Amino acid sequence: MHGNDATLDEPADDDPAFLALIDDDGRVEPRDAMPQGYRQSLVRQIAQHAHSEIIGMQPEGSWIGRAPSLRRKAILMAKVQDEAGHGLYLYAAAETLGVDRVDLLDRLHAGKQKYSSIFNYPTPTWADIGAIGWLVDGAAITNQVPLTRCSFGPYARAMVRICKEESFHQRQGFEILHTLSHGTTEQHEMAQQAVDRWWWPSLMMFGPADDESPNSARSMRWGIKRFSNDELRQRFVDMTVPQARALGLTLPDPDLAYDEATGHWHFGEIDFSELFDVINGNGPLNAERMAHRRGAHERGAWVRAAADAYAAKHASRSAGTAA
Amino acid sequence: MSSRGWPLWEVFVRARRGLAHTHVGSLHAPDAEMAVRNARDVFTRRSEGVSIWVVPAAAITASSPDEKDAFFDPAGDKVYRHPTFYEVPEGVEHL
Repeated sequence: MHGNDATLDEPADDDPAFLALIDDDGRVEPRDAMPQGYRQSLVRQIAQHAHSEIIGMQPEGSWIGRAPSLRRKAILMAKVQDEAGHGLYLYAAAETLGVDRVDLLDRLHAGKQKYSSIFNYPTPTWADIGAIGWLVDGAAITNQVPLTRCSFGPYARAMVRICKEESFHQRQGFEILHTLSHGTTEQHEMAQQAVDRWWWPSLMMFGPADDESPNSARSMRWGIKRFSNDELRQRFVDMTVPQARALGLTLPDPDLAYDEATGHWHFGEIDFSELFDVINGNGPLNAERMAHRRGAHERGAWVRAAADAYAAKHASRSAGTAA
Repeated sequence: MSSRGWPLWEVFVRARRGLAHTHVGSLHAPDAEMAVRNARDVFTRRSEGVSIWVVPAAAITASSPDEKDAFFDPAGDKVYRHPTFYEVPEGVEHL
């Protein structure tokens, strides 16, 4: 049920009653009055998240036809299908805020809304599919688990479903890398190279450092974000380092060292100039991903038209039966 | 007509026999039959359900969030509707 009365009295961004609700760990539902800034932040974040899910189908989708066994192919198809489903959950959550999925897609296609930069990197080998599952999905899960407690109900509920489904994604990636790492020398090397390619971009998925992240503080005040970028990044590193050891692979960071005092893994400095460069459209595959997305949308037009025609035919037939 | 005009459907899934249908989310589809098929693909890929309902979102009438205090007030001061309101002497069981 999506009531979107624009005439509702809109509280100010720092409305005390609204902030009190957040402080009380309350939840905001679609028809509640909410600050315009809160609504806009959520639309921007949920749309970017939804776009990331469907753009994220591309790097893996390109390997469905080349998966090394029927088992791997079936798994990969299920995973890519999940990403489409996750996109749908998120577009539906965004629509409860009074926007239209079609408009969000238009904005993506026009380059006015972004998707996660991680999907602008190529997947040259089968091991990259393993690295995406293990590292990229691992980082995504670290980001997403706290979002299940997001203050906006529909987003939180979509994240509960997504997190349940994501857990197999990370495991299948880990399994691919484990198999390769314990295979031939060439296979081991292929797994190592994929991890070398994906490690730093995965760390950048958490966004800029806290003091460089202008929207973070506001999102945290509103209960949209529960932990800062740097906290989540550290959590991910701490979970991943022991897993790399189990894989028999190394992470490409000479500064990686366990800090006894803090109980955390210290890691080297991240080159964020690369992240901003990719966000600004200069990543290896930005243009290709967007061209593919626009093309898929245009090539799908006949399917949408056929669905309309089918519905219209059935509606007129049942009208005829009734008459 | 484009997908812009497709109505929104609210989806309810019965997880297993003996349980009520529960709201799980929403989707767009040109008609009810396709809404059910799409709902199967979107919401029950892991055997989460044995039955699906789809309802046009426009057909739902809801209480207004603006009225929530006044509308639900009558229940607020009737604590005697709860069993915990009553004192039971020590040692009395099965009550």
